[in-house]
Amino acid sequence: MDRIMQIVRKEWAEVFRNRLVLFSVAFLPLMLTALPLVILGAVGSGGGMDEMMASDLPGEFGQVCAGLDGADCSQYFLLSQFMLMFMLIPLVIPSTIASYSIVGEKTTRTLEPILATPITTLEFLLGKSLAAFAPGVLATWLGFGVFTTGALLMGVGEAVIGRILSPLWLLAVLVVGPLLAVMSVCVAIMVSSRVRDPRVAEQISVLVILPMLGLFFGQISGLIYINEKMIIWMAAGLVVLDTGLLAFATHLFQRESILTRWK
Amino acid sequence: MTAAIQTTNLCRVFGALAAVDSLTVSIERGEVFGFLGPNGAGKTTTIRMLAALIAPSAGSASVAGYKLGKDDQQIRSRVGILTESPGLYDNLSAERNLAFFGRLYRVPDLESQVDRYLKLLGLWGRRQDPAATLSRGMRQKLAIARALLHEPEILFLDEPTSGLDPEAARLVREFIAELKQAGRTIFLCTHNLEEADRLCDRVAVFNSQLVAVDTPAALRYRLFGRKVVFHLLSMQPVFKEIASAFDFVQNVQVFENKLIVTLEDPEKKNPELVRALVSAGAHIQFIGEIKRSLEDIYMQLLETNRGTEAAGDINGKNKTVVEEKHG
Repeated sequence: MDRIMQIVRKEWAEVFRNRLVLFSVAFLPLMLTALPLVILGAVGSGGGMDEMMASDLPGEFGQVCAGLDGADCSQYFLLSQFMLMFMLIPLVIPSTIASYSIVGEKTTRTLEPILATPITTLEFLLGKSLAAFAPGVLATWLGFGVFTTGALLMGVGEAVIGRILSPLWLLAVLVVGPLLAVMSVCVAIMVSSRVRDPRVAEQISVLVILPMLGLFFGQISGLIYINEKMIIWMAAGLVVLDTGLLAFATHLFQRESILTRWK
Repeated sequence: MTAAIQTTNLCRVFGALAAVDSLTVSIERGEVFGFLGPNGAGKTTTIRMLAALIAPSAGSASVAGYKLGKDDQQIRSRVGILTESPGLYDNLSAERNLAFFGRLYRVPDLESQVDRYLKLLGLWGRRQDPAATLSRGMRQKLAIARALLHEPEILFLDEPTSGLDPEAARLVREFIAELKQAGRTIFLCTHNLEEADRLCDRVAVFNSQLVAVDTPAALRYRLFGRKVVFHLLSMQPVFKEIASAFDFVQNVQVFENKLIVTLEDPEKKNPELVRALVSAGAHIQFIGEIKRSLEDIYMQLLETNRGTEAAGDINGKNKTVVEEKHG
């Protein structure tokens, strides 16, 4: 565990001195947290919420709105569109950090001295993964906390806040988010182990967000409706996927190939 | 006492290429062993195998008393390696670079150990500076400090002075000499033959296979014999005849007023030769030994090896590997 934490600390010391990485890690959660609040403020100040009728909302949403009045239901509908954004943060931030992790060591020629130490492959990869995983998950949770507090301060009703803190949202943010982060880290580590250029690693790794963007656009276009059942299935699927990806990423990291093929 | 490094028919193949072919060598504890060879000879591959970074394709080896392939983690914790490039974290300070690696090796009393090596290598004043701001020589010294931090039993140095300016190279060489005095086992890969001659107890000439291994002096003798030059006031034909008459004299050449004699054991035989020449009327101004450089030895061995290899290819035979060990 000690060696894992050393890798994590070193990784953060290196990564967070890189302004570009720091910017991408800080900017995304800020933007995705501020955006729904800004939209909420803009729509609310224009009286748009009152004008929006329950009949304007997708049929499936009616069940969710049970017990909410028209304005609350509209507010909740608007805010729920951003739930997937909180699943985007744990995909993007770990991907940005992890994609650089192995290929970065290759380009700076620091990989060989590290692998020459008694560290095991598992310790090395866990350290790298944890260093990428933790900021993504923490930023997601922090963003969600700010978002909820901001919504409360902006006069969103307690009933709507209650819905935001419902099992659906909590499952999405507290369980699916970390599982997505694990997936993102595994993909980025695999890519980073195989490519020779940090930019290529980042560009390929970030493709991991495509399914989530698909879900997001499906949701806002009314084709997909995110409910508890879907989130539970998503979590279960991710557990299986992450297990496979972890094993595969460890298998793909061949100390020898990386050292001997890299010139 | 077991050897520090013992390899038996160690091989490493990359596809169809045999980078290291049947390397059998034994390196004693406290020995500085030079590993010489042209680019692409397989020197770095050998170091990587012995440092348990890559696995051999065949053969066996023990390093620091541990079996390669079985006790790799133990081996890695007991050897230090200076890789071809320093491989430092540019954004981290010199001190932090060392501390990070020290923790991976679980170095006890790390702080004082880091301070010790920073001072020893003259980096104390720059300890807080990011590695990126250090000169090439300082970076190399920092990498050496990193390789030594956990007090390894065996130190692998891959081209330690490569690319350094003469002053920095000298500093690094002096430090290696200090390590030698301290009794460290050092496996030194270098292209700098003068450096190898000065620092190494034994050298191996390697070109995928072991061409020769011995002390520089023994290799010199084996390839060129020992030559003593007699500077005479004037040369007479009889002097060459007198020198050639001795059994221990292998060859005599005359060049201007110099008599160049190839002989065995000049320390013992020279007085006899000197007496005979003086009796014949020779006025000897001074006597010296012609010392061939390690570069001459290296070139000669490689040329012979290439010739044997070519002949082997034509005849479909394997080349001969010359290996001798002089106690």
